[in-house]
Amino acid sequence: MQTLLFLIVFPILVACLLLFVKRTTLRYAVVTLSALAIGGASIYLLMRYAFEGAVYFAAPSEAVGLAMVIIEMGLALFIIYMGAKFRNYLAILLAAIQAVLVVYLEMTFSGSLHAANNLFIDQFSIIMALIIGLIGSLIAVYSVRYMETYHRHHPEVRDRQTFFFFVIFAFLAAMFGLVFSNNLMWIFFFWEITTISSFLLIGYSETEEATKNAFRALVMNLLGGVAFIVAIILLAATEPTSGGIDLARVLASGDTAIVLIPAVLIGFAGITKAALMPFSSWLLGAMVAPTPVSALLHSSTMVKAGVYILVRFSPVFAGTFAGFSIGLVGGVTFLVASAIAISRSDAKSVLAYSTIANLGLIAACAGVGTYMLVWAAILLIVFHAVAKALLFLGTGVIEQRTGSRNIEDMEGLIVRMPKMAVMMFIGIAGMFLAPFGMLISKWAAIEAFVQVPFGLVFIAILAYGSAVTVFFWAKWMGKLVTVTRNTERVEKGFFKEPWAPLYIITGLVIAAVLLFPVISSALIEPYVLAIYGVTALMEQANVAIMLLMMALLLVLPVSFLLFKRTARHLPAYMGGRPSTPDLQFAGSLGLTREAQTRNYYLTEYFGEAKLFRPGAAVCIVLILVSWVLAGVAL
Amino acid sequence: MNWLIGAVLFLILAPIGGGLIAGIDRKITARMQGRVGPPLLQPFYDVGKLFEKERAVVTTAQNFYVLAYLIFIALSGALFFAGGDLLLIVFAFTLAHVFLVLGAYAVHSPYSHIGAERELIQVMAYEPMIILAAVGLYMVSGSFYVTDIVTTTVPAILYLPGVFLGFVVILTIKLRKSPFDISTSHHAHQEIVKGITTEFSGSTLAQVEIAHWYENVFLLGFVFLFFAWNPVLGIIAVAVTYLAEIFVDNVTARARWQAALKSGWLATLLGIVNLAILSYMMLGGA
Repeated sequence: MQTLLFLIVFPILVACLLLFVKRTTLRYAVVTLSALAIGGASIYLLMRYAFEGAVYFAAPSEAVGLAMVIIEMGLALFIIYMGAKFRNYLAILLAAIQAVLVVYLEMTFSGSLHAANNLFIDQFSIIMALIIGLIGSLIAVYSVRYMETYHRHHPEVRDRQTFFFFVIFAFLAAMFGLVFSNNLMWIFFFWEITTISSFLLIGYSETEEATKNAFRALVMNLLGGVAFIVAIILLAATEPTSGGIDLARVLASGDTAIVLIPAVLIGFAGITKAALMPFSSWLLGAMVAPTPVSALLHSSTMVKAGVYILVRFSPVFAGTFAGFSIGLVGGVTFLVASAIAISRSDAKSVLAYSTIANLGLIAACAGVGTYMLVWAAILLIVFHAVAKALLFLGTGVIEQRTGSRNIEDMEGLIVRMPKMAVMMFIGIAGMFLAPFGMLISKWAAIEAFVQVPFGLVFIAILAYGSAVTVFFWAKWMGKLVTVTRNTERVEKGFFKEPWAPLYIITGLVIAAVLLFPVISSALIEPYVLAIYGVTALMEQANVAIMLLMMALLLVLPVSFLLFKRTARHLPAYMGGRPSTPDLQFAGSLGLTREAQTRNYYLTEYFGEAKLFRPGAAVCIVLILVSWVLAGVAL
Repeated sequence: MNWLIGAVLFLILAPIGGGLIAGIDRKITARMQGRVGPPLLQPFYDVGKLFEKERAVVTTAQNFYVLAYLIFIALSGALFFAGGDLLLIVFAFTLAHVFLVLGAYAVHSPYSHIGAERELIQVMAYEPMIILAAVGLYMVSGSFYVTDIVTTTVPAILYLPGVFLGFVVILTIKLRKSPFDISTSHHAHQEIVKGITTEFSGSTLAQVEIAHWYENVFLLGFVFLFFAWNPVLGIIAVAVTYLAEIFVDNVTARARWQAALKSGWLATLLGIVNLAILSYMMLGGA
């Protein structure tokens, strides 16, 4: 239990310490050491509890519970103050409703607000802790130098770095708390902390746009928070059968009909936090924040809290029409967001849509909730976290070095920033190519959906969705590997420290593929087995083939040695006109002209304007349907 | 050990078979156009000649991507004939094509760039249907493994007529036949220079050609799966399908990419309707 408490409390202490560290070098030292401590503790957690199944701890409840309520009230007052300052009355209203509901809950059901055990750890929590502890702290290390450069590039932004790092570490603490809590009140408390943290981080630059987007994120997540607290009230009211606020008892409750309504409401909170449609706009708006914030929100924190809770409740969703409906919200989000990604040229926007799509896929698996799908969902969470963190951090480096994060401007990156281009290449491959992680999960999802009644609709969604995914990733990859001529190498000059996190995460993307049989058999399969009594696993032969493919991919670059020798270099064919290697050709009237290549965006078919509204409308209907179906089941 | 024999036989025989099919294709095409046509072995002469050409490149990296393309096409075909998991084969197949596209991007040339974009559109057009075909065969035979699908006694084609028709549509895309040969074509008269292969020459172009032979044999093997319960009928069906593709190739002109994408996706819809009816029947039966 000490490790669990350490992981929750230590980041808070570091956060407070960082409030007083003003010098960058000193901050770098503090952040790096804390990252090592947090990462080390998460690995220790893995070794200590990986083989023990679910372990519960009766942590002190009374005092902590009271402190949490007080902090919640304080946060509500803070939101009301901010809402008043920026005239966002919706935020005030939602915060007030939440505060009233919390007070109502504490007054009316004080007798049934006890969980036998407040903290717990099982294999799924270990996986989440590893993601938060490794990826999250690497992102924190990266941000120290990034923020320094950021402020040099943006002198107009007020330097609040001490505050920035305070929030980052508080955020990590809240995430740890969220995945270790067995008390739903505690989960709710940490849930709200992540909402506020992301609000503060998105609004960091204090521009009008940043403030607006921060409030959008806040309002949408508060909406989910209201649903969460209503769910807790319902559970508390039905405590004897539903299990009250004890997560383990709720999940094990035999009375599915009673638990289903709270589960669907908590699922709704998960949908808002995981930025599924129609709530995807808050995650897109979050792009205005400095890039490490995006990396954090997209890979290891925030949205992962949303899918974490969905996957936790998937045993309740399994086999119900309400759960199927939530799964469809995810499925539609996956398809529509992937399609919109085709039409985007801003790298962060593509990454954001791809995150939304993948969260949708995870939600689809969690909502339908058979054992194979839960297995696939957890794999998706792991692989998505590493690859997406790498891509965001890489985009941040590229933007700071080249001054642009437009994919068109990344043409020839393999010449200008070869190391970075190779890392981005690996990250993108991790998102959609065999034998990398995301594809393994998609494959598993297809095999699982085949066996579900009405699973065909998900198969169709996956078939179309993975086709468009190939399109938008491959064309980005193509831009990276284009060998342009007469361009300068600009890799040097960036601080050397941020490279270390990038190398480590790149290593993690590859390691995740090589170690995936181990991750699956040591962590995911025992978890699925404990809950469903059966487990999914990949066929040995297929695992061998995947490893063979991976080995082949790692060996193939050696073939470059074969080609160096004799080949004659010619300029590209330009319609038979005399041309030079950098795409200049002899035009008419003796003028030299330049040709350019641009990717296809197919806006006419896949534009945001065309697809977002229908997609959001369908998802709203599906969410309402899930509520109705949960009500009918009662 | 059967699987190993299948894979090795494929790796050795598929280029020969694929080359012969290409030779027959050219002969029949010529006859349809009122020409005599080249000798049956002409494709082999062509590829042999390509290997003797001077090595000229725009960038050395292109050789790497094309080699990777060839290797992964051969690998997915070998997995297929080894009786492996259809979905894994489909994904390895996609990986191979991504390598070809990257090769075309790497050279930084306007014509091959257009070819690369169009190849990606093709991938986007055919991928849903090919996944659906795998799922359809699973629903009939109860397994994703080619070994099990081949040995099933159920006449898959009777349950999956829509899926088969959809598959034939995307087969036109995959065989690079008109009207969907939008990224590179066997017919010079409707080509944007040479599309995706514009900058590939000599032995690199020969590798693209050999990969195409491997691919065609693999795809015809896929067609066979729909008729696997009766091998004789299966071979006849494969031959008829290929003849039909040649016929379509010669009576149509290249369509725009929009038409290719829509056709591929509509074909998939046909497959979905087929599978929906099938799963309804299965639910009713159970």
